[in-house]
Amino acid sequence: MKKAIVSVIGKDKKGIIAGVTDILFKMDINVADITQTIMQDYFTMIMLVELADSVDFSLVKESLAKKGEELGVTVSIQHEDIFNAMHRI
Amino acid sequence: MLQTREILETINMVQKEHLDVRTLTMGISLLDCVRGNTLDTVNAVTTKIYSYAKDLVKTGQDLQNEFGIPIVNKRISLTPLSLICGKDTDYVALARAIDKVGLDLGVDFIGGYTALVHKGMTDFEKRFIETIPEALAVTDRLCSSVNIGSTKAGINMDAVRLMGEKIKETAYLTKDKSSIGCAKLVVFCNAVEDNPFMAGAFHGIGEAEKVINVGVSGPGVVHSAIKDCKGASFNELAEIIKKTAFKITRVGQLMASLASERTGATCGIVDLSLAPTPVMGDSVAHVLESMGIDSVGGLGTTAALAMLNDAVKKGGLMASSSVGGLSGAFIPVSEDIGMINAVREGLLSIEKLEAMTAVCSVGLDMIAVPGSTTASQISGLIADEAAIGMVNNKTTAVRVIPVEGQEEGEVEFGGLLGRAPLIKLSPVNNDLFIARGGKIPAPLHSLKN
Repeated sequence: MKKAIVSVIGKDKKGIIAGVTDILFKMDINVADITQTIMQDYFTMIMLVELADSVDFSLVKESLAKKGEELGVTVSIQHEDIFNAMHRI
Repeated sequence: MLQTREILETINMVQKEHLDVRTLTMGISLLDCVRGNTLDTVNAVTTKIYSYAKDLVKTGQDLQNEFGIPIVNKRISLTPLSLICGKDTDYVALARAIDKVGLDLGVDFIGGYTALVHKGMTDFEKRFIETIPEALAVTDRLCSSVNIGSTKAGINMDAVRLMGEKIKETAYLTKDKSSIGCAKLVVFCNAVEDNPFMAGAFHGIGEAEKVINVGVSGPGVVHSAIKDCKGASFNELAEIIKKTAFKITRVGQLMASLASERTGATCGIVDLSLAPTPVMGDSVAHVLESMGIDSVGGLGTTAALAMLNDAVKKGGLMASSSVGGLSGAFIPVSEDIGMINAVREGLLSIEKLEAMTAVCSVGLDMIAVPGSTTASQISGLIADEAAIGMVNNKTTAVRVIPVEGQEEGEVEFGGLLGRAPLIKLSPVNNDLFIARGGKIPAPLHSLKN
């Protein structure tokens, strides 16, 4: 089981959460935690997700980026360890 | 759970401040590839590189994909080739073969066309150095370096003279491409054996069989962290730089440990250098300027650089199990938009650059000079720079490009190598000084035992 951070940043509009979580659901990815704020008119959502080892990480990344384009926001997924390395001793 | 602020900080560093892992460099020992003739040596060397580095590029791409941190270059460093060849080896044939391996594997650079002659030069090492211009002219990604001095051994002035000539020859042989061969040739004093950065990377003879060294970068991140600290004292600035360097280095450490695990290599060092690129927002010069000097080159620049270099090291030390390489701030002219602009406007002189090299992590780097510059002038520049390194117990280097056929204006190298306005060196004749040869003895403080 891998943990990763999905970040969604962009202009707020309807359907962002629905669009992104729909992709995650279809790819059998569990959302463990979610926070969402509007910062300077920008919609910012951070999700902690859990992926089974069998899930193709590249495919998830590609699908999320594509959905982001449709929604006009930037969606990325990164392994959680990069954030832990940087911000936790 | 991580805070949103922390996650956004990391994302911002990558997307807006050009944080990247500049290079994933695999060091490969070739000490077991010594053979009796050129053909067998070429076969042994190429077979070994193919086998050891076959997954290097893919590993870099996978890590970038999973962690969202760009890994800009994948490189290979080799045991100094002068050490594995005999008196009859066709060095240039070996250079061509290695370059082809690099092309096949998709790596950006291969370092190790190297000779270590700081104390003396064997006949075959001299012959090897003679082939450097041709080797660089017939290859694309091969890099060469020569160590001509050290604090322990002094400065080999015969090698200094020879390198002035070889740099001129390299410039001539690559004149159709703005003398770019010289951008792949570094002359060192106190060269380090685990440097992942080019053009000076080689795999030292004290190194393990197969090692991953990582070079992180991030002048843009440091610039962004201190640019808004108007009026803050130097103590406060140093603290901010240390904290930033810590975070950057942790990224490098994570990538180094994962890359070594995945490629079956020993985890070597993290080199926490601030390496600029010519794009806006990725400049070491701008970091110095943000401390309150209108242009790099102004009075105070050397002090600013000394503080930056030190704070980067201190911040990075705790973040990595093994810090090595050059670790500090690089000040190449052509690869840093702030440096380019300062030279263009006449605000940064070669003399100031030389002073800065006494406190930065490397030396006179990527400096274009007129094509009429003589071999003696270049040797003089190398000797001066080596003296700074020898006396101050630090690495110094000269990577200078006498652009054949051009006397003024600017030269474009392209890509990470950038572009540079030509700088004139002192016209004072030093031929007799360079012609002396011999050795400048090691300084008193080399006698530490």
